[in-house]
Amino acid sequence: MYAGAPVRRRARQSSEGAAAALSLGFTTAFLSVVVVLPIAALVWASRDNGLHQFWQVATQPEAVAALELSIGAAVLVALVNAVVGTITAWVLVRDDFRGKSIVNAVIDLPFALPTIVAGLTLLALYGPQSPVGLDVAFTRTAILLALLFVTLPFVVRTVQPVLHELDREAEEAARSLGASELRVFASIVLPNILPGILSGVALAFARAVGEIGAVVLISGNLPYKTEVASVFVFNHIQSGDQSGAAAVAVVMLLISFATLLAIGGIRFLLTRHERA
Amino acid sequence: MSIQIRDVSKRFGAFQALSGVSVDVESGSLTALLGPSGSGKSTLLRIVAGLERPDTGEILLAGSDATELAPQKRGVGFVFQHYAAFKHMTVRDNIGFGLKIRKRPRNEIRQRVQELLELVQLQGFGDRFPAQLSGGQRQRMALARALAPEPKVLLLDEPFGALDARVRAELRLWLRRLHSEAHTTTVFVTHDQEEAMEVADRVVVMNHGRVEQVSGPRELYDAPANEFVMSFVGQANRFGSSWVRPHDLRVRLAPGESTREALIERVAHLGFEVRAELVRDDGERFTVQLTRDEAENLELASGQIVYVEPTRERTFA
Amino acid sequence: MRRYSLRFVALGYLLLVLLGPLAMIFWRAFDRGAGHLWTSLSDPNTVHAFKITLIVAAIAVPLNTVFGVVCALAIVRRRFRGAGLVNAIVDLPLALSPVVVGLSLFLLYGRTGWFGHWFQAHGVQILFALPSMVIATVFVSLPFVAREVVPTLRELGDEQEQAAHTLGASGWTTFWRITLPSIRWAVIYGVVLTTARCLGEYGAVAVVSGHIEGQTETATLRVQDAYENFDVPGAYGISLVLAVMSVVVLVAMTFFKPNQEVTA
Repeated sequence: MYAGAPVRRRARQSSEGAAAALSLGFTTAFLSVVVVLPIAALVWASRDNGLHQFWQVATQPEAVAALELSIGAAVLVALVNAVVGTITAWVLVRDDFRGKSIVNAVIDLPFALPTIVAGLTLLALYGPQSPVGLDVAFTRTAILLALLFVTLPFVVRTVQPVLHELDREAEEAARSLGASELRVFASIVLPNILPGILSGVALAFARAVGEIGAVVLISGNLPYKTEVASVFVFNHIQSGDQSGAAAVAVVMLLISFATLLAIGGIRFLLTRHERA
Repeated sequence: MSIQIRDVSKRFGAFQALSGVSVDVESGSLTALLGPSGSGKSTLLRIVAGLERPDTGEILLAGSDATELAPQKRGVGFVFQHYAAFKHMTVRDNIGFGLKIRKRPRNEIRQRVQELLELVQLQGFGDRFPAQLSGGQRQRMALARALAPEPKVLLLDEPFGALDARVRAELRLWLRRLHSEAHTTTVFVTHDQEEAMEVADRVVVMNHGRVEQVSGPRELYDAPANEFVMSFVGQANRFGSSWVRPHDLRVRLAPGESTREALIERVAHLGFEVRAELVRDDGERFTVQLTRDEAENLELASGQIVYVEPTRERTFA
Repeated sequence: MRRYSLRFVALGYLLLVLLGPLAMIFWRAFDRGAGHLWTSLSDPNTVHAFKITLIVAAIAVPLNTVFGVVCALAIVRRRFRGAGLVNAIVDLPLALSPVVVGLSLFLLYGRTGWFGHWFQAHGVQILFALPSMVIATVFVSLPFVAREVVPTLRELGDEQEQAAHTLGASGWTTFWRITLPSIRWAVIYGVVLTTARCLGEYGAVAVVSGHIEGQTETATLRVQDAYENFDVPGAYGISLVLAVMSVVVLVAMTFFKPNQEVTA
């Protein structure tokens, strides 16, 4: 009916189509160059000499020790964060006191501070010249402290929004039905914040397994004692043992994938009651 | 169980929610707390439930002081406007929660939950989650949940406020029927005066944190204690210090002894009832309510001049 | 009572793990006096290291900002079949060790790597030079803008954009005048997070840069270098500057943070 309109609509549709293709193309190209190709190169290099060789290298005693240490420390740290992080989130959402907004801001410090600086200061605080007389440098405790620092915000930040959105009246309903405060928390609050806690735990775990900056100075990197997986990889690159480094790196890569999958799976499972 | 509210006051920051409120609720009665937003009715209900603490005053349940008692220990069932469903539990688990807390044997719980599911007509929905139910169904579940542990008092905070008109009307009737069978002392909060009048035996009218009047629905309408109650419960016209109900105004086509002249601005035909908006010679606007037959006999139309006189009017000190 | 004990646990933990270390930086940096600190910071290699850090960030942040917005638009507005996979890949840098990132780049661009040959033949130095440091930093700071913009875009819905189209706006105009302004706070917050990550990057850059003093060192690498060469006050000096930058970033984070989830 209007001669101009169909032409314009077609043109707009084609420009929309072009825009869609462009944004998708750019995204895929960027991701391929920056992420996918390097990861592919890593996986390729590790199987370069065959799967058997890969397995041999990956199960060297030193490599296994480093991986065990990294995973063990990460699990411990993730668990501590699960508890303390939830408590902190609770205090920030439900409690009120002067300076609370400053405390809330400070939680993000480990995100903002370079990890090497964090490592250096942890060394100052809990190392040889410690002002509080606590010298744990070059021990596994030092590694735990460093990892606790860098992972501190994760659980707090994933739990806060979930806590904030809870239906407080459901807790009141539970009380009116006779539930004690502990019961209210366990039966009503916890099931609803669990997805938040678990994603925070998974992120903290992934971060702790791969951490290098905060750990490299304070741990002393003693093989079998305080050498974490990331430092193992780094040292073996420096010394030219690329296949050794690649083998452990691939194991770490698999752990990262698994963690991301776990986060997705957890959220899916635990929110199935929300899908009508 | 009887409820006695004695001289309760509550303030939130600078806002005085309740000032010296005293009400007696008879055991087994169905009482409405009626008032506009901010009148303090929900606050009062929550204080009775133990979900808020009063600043001053006491709450007595069955004669004993329950003011300091935690909500867990009061034996009251509470129903919230927005259902407060336990989203992560099935309908069955929601309803059975109170019984589980009291550690009743599993068979007993299962049986009671089934009874209640039938009572609220949610028989097929036991294994669904609240997110899969409509608003009306969720509220029925919430009612069943509150009733499961056989509370001595049932408290409902604007229970039908979030539902659409038809569901609201159904649930109102249902609540009335439930009460006449079980005779649990029931108190519900509403801002809808029609709902209060239709459902309750006694109505407590509240405004700005104070009780304005406590009486049965009929008395509330026919003998309001003050201007607020007069204007809040039912329609009322105000002429200076005089108050007249729309149906207490007689319309004549010719002037009489005590009539005033008025112009009809608009006539609305609402089925059986006809409502006309008029303006008096002195500029006052008011409403008249007549039956269909009356309106037809007078042949009322917009633009017509008529003569109006009150058959009953009221003034307040 | 329970409330106070909870509060005590949370605050005590924070004091121990966070604030103690922060205080130490300030104390130790001034250990030999402000004069010494100044000399140490004006060492040409140190100044160069800061320059490199800023140059890398100046390239990586805008790149990731553009990527983040475009990617978020692609994921949220155009429903395509690999959206879940793209999402997962974008999230990968959050879960991946920086050293693994560095190694993968090392293998890709090294002499025997897939791209290594080509670049070497054309005389372009990737590893042990600025380009690899930039790529490494882009990799590790990839997710932040996208992750902030995606939920914001989803929440906004595309009604405003539809309205603009019915009023005759073209795709580009709509994007520029409607979409972009409505996501600007999410973008800004994402940029702050990205910048923080770039300034603080250590592991990946440590692998690909070769630590060549005066050429391919960033400020973070220099901290480690100084420490291992027993110039401890020097290390603290650089840390102090980085810490001050972090506090500025932290303030920006707090200021631009969307949805205050802390009750007043």
